[in-house]
Amino acid sequence: MSETSTRPDGAPANDATNPAAHDGAHEATSPPAADPGRSTLRDGFGVLGVAIRREPWIFTVSTLGSLLFGALTVADAWVLGWATDHVVLPAFRTGTTTARAVLAVLALFLGVAILRAVGIVARRLGAGVMQYRMQAAYRREVTAQYLRLPMAWHQRHPAGQLLSNANSDVEAAWAPIAPLPMAVGTLAMVVIAVVQMLLVDLTMAAVGLMVFPLVTAATLTYQRFSSPLFTRIQALRAELSEVAHESFDGAMVVKTLGREAEETARFAEKAEQLRDLGIRVGRIRAVFDPLLEALPGFGVLGVLGVGVWRIRHGHADPGDVVTIAYLLTIVAFPIRSIGWLLGEFPRSIVGFRRVQRVLDEPVETTYGDVRLGDPQRAARLELDGLAYSYLPQQPVLGDLSFVVEPGRTVAVVGETASGKSTLTTLLTRLVDPDAGRVVLDGVDLRDLAPGELARHVALVPQSAFMFDDTVRGNVTLGEDVPDEEVWSALRTAQADGFVAALPKGLDSRLGERGTTLSGGQRQRLSLARALVRRPRLLVLDDATSAVDPEVEARILAAMRTAVAEGSASTLVLIAYRKATIALADEVLFLAGGRIADRGTHADLLQRNPAYARLVNAYEEVPT
Amino acid sequence: MTTVAPSAGTSMATGDEISAWQTIKRGAEISPELKDGFWGTLLLALLGTAGRVVVPVVVQQTLDRGINGPHGIDLPFVTRMALVAALALVLTGASSYLMTARLFTTAERGLATLRIKAFRHVHDLPVLTQNTERRGALVSRVTSDVDQVSQFLVFGGIIGIISVGQVIVATLIMLYYSWQLTIVVWVCFAPLFLSLRYFQRRLSAAYGVVRRMVGQMLAAVSEPVVGAVVVRTHAIEGRTQARIDEAIARYQDASTKAQGLTAFSFSLGGVSAGLANALVLIVGIWLGQGHLWAGHVTSGEVLAFAFLVSLFVSPVQMGTQVLTDAQNAIAGWRRVIGILDTPADLDDPGATGASLPHRPLDIEFDHVDFAYPGGPLVLRDVDLRIEAGTRVAVVGETGSGKTTFAKVLTRLMDPVSGSVRLAGHDLRTVTFSSLRRRVVLVPQEGFLFDSTLLANVSYGDLDATPDDVRRAVIGLGLGDWLESLPLGLDTRVGQRGESMSAGERQLVALVRAHLADPDLLVLDEATSAVDPALEMRIGRALEALMSGRTSVTIAHRMSTAENADEVIVFDQGRVVQRGPHTALVAEGGVYGRLHASWVAQQGT
Repeated sequence: MSETSTRPDGAPANDATNPAAHDGAHEATSPPAADPGRSTLRDGFGVLGVAIRREPWIFTVSTLGSLLFGALTVADAWVLGWATDHVVLPAFRTGTTTARAVLAVLALFLGVAILRAVGIVARRLGAGVMQYRMQAAYRREVTAQYLRLPMAWHQRHPAGQLLSNANSDVEAAWAPIAPLPMAVGTLAMVVIAVVQMLLVDLTMAAVGLMVFPLVTAATLTYQRFSSPLFTRIQALRAELSEVAHESFDGAMVVKTLGREAEETARFAEKAEQLRDLGIRVGRIRAVFDPLLEALPGFGVLGVLGVGVWRIRHGHADPGDVVTIAYLLTIVAFPIRSIGWLLGEFPRSIVGFRRVQRVLDEPVETTYGDVRLGDPQRAARLELDGLAYSYLPQQPVLGDLSFVVEPGRTVAVVGETASGKSTLTTLLTRLVDPDAGRVVLDGVDLRDLAPGELARHVALVPQSAFMFDDTVRGNVTLGEDVPDEEVWSALRTAQADGFVAALPKGLDSRLGERGTTLSGGQRQRLSLARALVRRPRLLVLDDATSAVDPEVEARILAAMRTAVAEGSASTLVLIAYRKATIALADEVLFLAGGRIADRGTHADLLQRNPAYARLVNAYEEVPT
Repeated sequence: MTTVAPSAGTSMATGDEISAWQTIKRGAEISPELKDGFWGTLLLALLGTAGRVVVPVVVQQTLDRGINGPHGIDLPFVTRMALVAALALVLTGASSYLMTARLFTTAERGLATLRIKAFRHVHDLPVLTQNTERRGALVSRVTSDVDQVSQFLVFGGIIGIISVGQVIVATLIMLYYSWQLTIVVWVCFAPLFLSLRYFQRRLSAAYGVVRRMVGQMLAAVSEPVVGAVVVRTHAIEGRTQARIDEAIARYQDASTKAQGLTAFSFSLGGVSAGLANALVLIVGIWLGQGHLWAGHVTSGEVLAFAFLVSLFVSPVQMGTQVLTDAQNAIAGWRRVIGILDTPADLDDPGATGASLPHRPLDIEFDHVDFAYPGGPLVLRDVDLRIEAGTRVAVVGETGSGKTTFAKVLTRLMDPVSGSVRLAGHDLRTVTFSSLRRRVVLVPQEGFLFDSTLLANVSYGDLDATPDDVRRAVIGLGLGDWLESLPLGLDTRVGQRGESMSAGERQLVALVRAHLADPDLLVLDEATSAVDPALEMRIGRALEALMSGRTSVTIAHRMSTAENADEVIVFDQGRVVQRGPHTALVAEGGVYGRLHASWVAQQGT
């Protein structure tokens, strides 16, 4: 899994106005409503019902496979009984045997074995295919929903939670499919075996069948004792993983402050709790495993005892004893597979609900059908009475109105938490305003056709996300762009140097299995990604913060040249550094979510003390 | 941010080079608990499996002597046998209980040890601080990889031991009945045993593909989540969905293939069993009739043999299953052992080491070269002396080696050649506890642990009381910042400290360093992501922190360089200039160029 970033990009990370992460966290930890007992059974079968309705054919095939397996396992006992009575015992009694009898034995045993193998393959492969299909279908649906849901929703939900929805929750939801055909087949097998036993000899069968309720009771008791432990083990594993993640992420701090021993103690505490729980599970299994295994043995002994008595009184023959003892041993073990199926239910229900909650989320973003065509000029941007808040009664932006004429560069300046990042998300329609409009070339952003906005507007966020792809793929994002244009964008972003130095140039892979880039290098690639699309409105959200000042100066110079050369783009940039701000034709000074002042940098510097204090802060260093 | 670690420098042993047997041996060395009472457990396992043959023996005895005996049905004999069998079943259950409990205990203990040792060792690996993108892989070494081994040892392990035991015991008993029929059974199973290795290879390759595909699928799934903004703003939903769908389909295909192979290999055992059953009956009859050798086989023996074959089949099938799990578990075990066998390139001299004096420290770099493994030199012949108590700024372009300099200075890495001395002690001879106490590096990214502010600040000094912390905060001139937090020191900072702003995280790191009261303070100063007002506050806190100590600051701002007693200029791994700011500006060169660009940036 890519560990490149831990939060949704562009969530206004530095603004204290983002309460969303906390809400999501609560949601993630809120316990699922799963009361044990009857409702678990009903809900568990409900989830399975969804799978069966979606994949009826595969389910039928695997269940038939399982039934075939079950029927033939029983047939095996019948064949043995038949062979005993009609071939083996006569052969020993009379001392002769026919070739036909020998062939019949061979054909029967082999035929049954081969058909049984077919049944196994059909059952197991069928269950696998069904399980993987359901997993794949739900993963596709969940991720498609992620792509549809608005940015505001993404900001409310931690990335870790969404990833586990698509991964482990989907897996847990469909886990019971694996033992399902086996359980259905077992059920059929038990019915057939019981009928067979009853037909052969009622008395012996009655004695043997006492094993079934005992096995069921033991299985249920085992699950009752062990399932709370398994739940705690799951939770502890998650905690252990969190400690390891945090400790390794904070490795620099741990190392520079020499806290390795304390960190190890913190990890060891969880590891030891996990160990002790594991040992407790072991003790429980140690009791139930041998018990479950011994019960059929006692059943067989009982059958033998009764069988001898029945034979003596002429009510049965030796073949009957063999058949019943054999039937008993083959069904006693698989009966536990029904327990395995039921054991998967609680996890499955929780996983399914968590996935379903994402799928049931209403998709709010709506689109119009206006297209802007292909004007070869910069865009005109207008904000009209724009207001936005994350929480009711706490407006982040209020009544914001301004116009940026085509080709102009506007810098948005303001303290941390003044609403600047939020503004960029509104300009690129990552969120829709509570009131007012964002208008591009005379069209409200909400009236644009899907995908249209991205053809004209590009945002470079503060934290750069890199795809698990090549450098080229990360810049072009799959569009067919000639290499010269990629290089030209990289040049403007001052990224051509380090890309050329990579072992495979544009084809070098990034991410977990590829090259590691520094934060500044990633920001520059992210900028090139925007530039290569020749946006008519480019929004930079402090997009060069991790770049060395000197390199940043070169980027700005290159962009200024590009503007001068008529690569027409309107530019809105969030900035802290004076040199960046100085690039702008106009500065919007934001305070408390409103425009406190506007004008050229020089004018504002002169007439607005608050502005001057903010941008000149560097020069006030006590010496 | 100045060093891009070449991938060769971040290698860690994968352990792939050692065999399965060596893995188990090495694993037992690392976790000696695994060997505790091993022979006893094995004995119990054999006792337990021996019990499993009691039932067929009784069936045979009952049929042969109790029912088909020369004197008709012998009820007392049958009863006696049933009682003996019942007793054997109870004893078997008891030994199974003891074996399972012992196996769980030793396995869980051993693997907890393995986990903890590996975790501790990871903190000594340079890869952790050099390649942030590999951290996810390191986490899975101490979590899921160990889980896999433990799951195997306690579940597969029991089944494996019992299966092997049962095959052996079943064979012995079959031999007791009739060596001829035993040969028949083994001949029927020979093709299965011979094909096992082939299937193992295929299966382990198939599951290897599945594991790779899971990784790729998870990476693809993370795109619309972690990269939501990029996907949205560039309207690449279609492409993203296509990439995800492809990754999902590939994972699905790989899983289905592996499952098909598993199902097929599992079904083979049944065919062998059918063949064995038929041949046992047929050959048994011939033997009984004296057609082959001098037969003295009875009908009861032939029938009991059919039971024995079923006892022989199920462990063989189980064993096939377990072998696949075993391969995965061994692979996981190898990876964990690989971590432990990757040498930590820094050794703590321990008790024999020197301690640094508690006074401002002087620094000596004696012809220091540094390169990441397999990479070019990042520091070249750095040879300098910094007097105790001076305030030094280090400047240079991206990639000039300044962050590497800070890491070598704080012994996060050892030089390739040359030596670094603090107060005259070579760093390699100084105990870690003394080094980390006297030398503190404040890294660029202020990382916080998911806890309260107080816990995070006192991370460097666990004995610090809330009052100590408050004094430190005020001492750095940050009193009003603390007051502005509604819950003060009890404020929770969130995961990785993300409930706080980047600037606040850095403030916490500074307070932490202040509490630690080091004699050499090394700062990788990067405050680009905060607004100027907060940056100034941090600047003032820094000033307070640096007084009375030796300090080395990787400077990202001109003002830092201007205020330093001395500036050291790096270019392509070499020190090219040093001296006070004004002198260097007059000198021009690299510093002149950097300075000019800074001035241009600040220009109104």
